[in-house]
Amino acid sequence: MDIKDIKIETTVEAKLGHIEWKKAPETHITLKNSGADSPCVTSCKDKPCTTVCPAKVYEWEAAHNKVIVNYENCIECGACRMLCPFDNIVCEWPGAARA
Amino acid sequence: MAEEPSFDAIVVGAGPAGLAAAITMARAGLKVVVLERGEYPGAKNVQGAVLYSKMLHELVPEFWKAADAPVERPIVEQKTCITTEDSYVTVGYKSQKFLEGIPNCYSIIRVHFDQWFAKQAEAAGAEVYCGMMVRDVLKDATGKVIGIKTAEGDELTANVVIACDGVNSIIAQKAGFIDELKPSEVALGSKEVIALPSSVIEDRFQLNPGEGATMEMFGSVSLGMLGYAFLYTNKESLALGVGCKLTDYQKKGLRPSDHLEYVKSHPLVKKLISGGKTLEYSSHLIPEGGYKSMPPLAKAGFLVAGDAAQMTNPAYREGSNLAMTAGKLAGETVIEAKKKGDYSEATLSLYKKKLEESYVLPDMEDIQDLEHHVENSPGFLEFYPKLACELAQLRFSADGVPKRTHLKTAIGMVAKRGFFRVAKDLFPLRKVAI
Ligand SMILES: Cc1cc2nc3c(=O)[nH]c(=O)nc-3n(C[C@H](O)[C@H](O)[C@H](O)COP(=O)(O)OP(=O)(O)OC[C@H]3O[C@@H](n4cnc5c(N)ncnc54)[C@H](O)[C@@H]3O)c2cc1C
Ligand code: SF4
Ligand code: SF4
Repeated sequence: MDIKDIKIETTVEAKLGHIEWKKAPETHITLKNSGADSPCVTSCKDKPCTTVCPAKVYEWEAAHNKVIVNYENCIECGACRMLCPFDNIVCEWPGAARA
Repeated sequence: MAEEPSFDAIVVGAGPAGLAAAITMARAGLKVVVLERGEYPGAKNVQGAVLYSKMLHELVPEFWKAADAPVERPIVEQKTCITTEDSYVTVGYKSQKFLEGIPNCYSIIRVHFDQWFAKQAEAAGAEVYCGMMVRDVLKDATGKVIGIKTAEGDELTANVVIACDGVNSIIAQKAGFIDELKPSEVALGSKEVIALPSSVIEDRFQLNPGEGATMEMFGSVSLGMLGYAFLYTNKESLALGVGCKLTDYQKKGLRPSDHLEYVKSHPLVKKLISGGKTLEYSSHLIPEGGYKSMPPLAKAGFLVAGDAAQMTNPAYREGSNLAMTAGKLAGETVIEAKKKGDYSEATLSLYKKKLEESYVLPDMEDIQDLEHHVENSPGFLEFYPKLACELAQLRFSADGVPKRTHLKTAIGMVAKRGFFRVAKDLFPLRKVAI
């Protein structure tokens, strides 16, 4: 089975819609380097943050040549602390975030 | 002489490990505080969830009889399914014996369970504070841990700090006792809770009212990754989940939510969840580095228990029971240390001895090479599920072919892989196939 053939009946966005969140006032996730010389641009071909994060927090914005971080969607699984092969992600637990 | 610390023990994290430790110590009259970053206990916690009764029974005798018992359904049937893309083989065991004496296990919902368990800790005399994020530990000049610092900058002191803050323990890292986990040492577990009326659940799983079933699925459902899928029955919902090695998700570039969609489309699962409405979606890391990558369990003034110490048994679906036992033993260790008035590493190392004498460390030791083995015989993820389904197809079809020929076909399949390889593949499984 090729993963491209998986039929998606419920998108991740729809699944996230079921979760009630107290919006965190500020981001708990930062990229150490998000500039033109960041590993995202220069070295990271597969960009696992954008494909694996269960809440689709990371999206590759081709137009601006950078990864955008939708931190509000984060469901705090803890994966991205070790997901980035270039150690470019800093994710600190926010305080009490779930409503 | 330094000031008396404010507490005998500070427990970081109000999960199964932390609350078990707190209950044990508070009952012995120790002054205990539990600090939890969630707005309430369980707010951040994800689990299948199946809870084995025995360990909790040791802490809260006959907990299932209480009017406010935090359980969904006692499990009377456990199934293991091996899938190919369009077929499956099921091995199950159903028995009312599971309900005799101490019922074997229950499905639970962690948010309810953790809040109930925290109430037990408070009733025992522990203080439980939520919305308290611990950021760092405090040490004295000798390196002994003497307290913690919260995100707000408040400092609290204690004779012992017990890190029960879950997988990839930031507290143990800040204390300098472990490094950040590697992706190869964790699995990523993701789950949906799907609402269905209880009568529909009982009908589809052929259960008596109130009773429950569990189902674990291996084979094609893991899409070639090392892991499995599960489906558990709650009172009025099903918990459907997947858990695979993080490095495998990385390699595949697969999002767990899409993996769940794939599992939902399998004929085995599709019917069971049909018409259900997804209430919840969550994800959490599961430590699977196992025995070899456990952190030091005891340091001066410091103990680590549960997921924070990588105490899970990936060969079974165990985590919360090991966490509870470890928490209890950590608590007992602190009680002993207090009697002696000595919180040195040597004294607190009694904890490790207690774990060795319990089932926790022996079980972890037994399965330490299993994952490595399964990963290194690729046949496991593809060959065996196929073989099982082919065999079943042969076994259950009356196709006018003598059974003797069927057996030959089956032997032929195994011969193709090589008898020696099959034996080698299966050998390490003797430890889990009890
Ligand atoms: C999808 C999935 C399914 C599972 N299914 C099962 C199952 O069926 N049966 C089973 O036995 N186990 C299962 N497990 C494993 C089980 O959930 C864990 O082993 C268990 O929760 C470990 O308990 P713990 O107390 O060590 O940690 P946790 O339950 O993770 O608790 C840690 C607590 O610490 C808090 N915390 C973290 N950092 C801080 C901080 N800095 N300051 C303050 N508080 C903090 C957290 O908010 C949390 O409440 C499953 C896990 C997953 C992800
Ligand atoms: S995985 Fe790391 S390097 Fe790659 S795109 Fe994401 S943040 Fe950038
Ligand atoms: S913690 Fe999990 S959900 Fe949150 S951003 Fe990281 S990978 Fe995504």
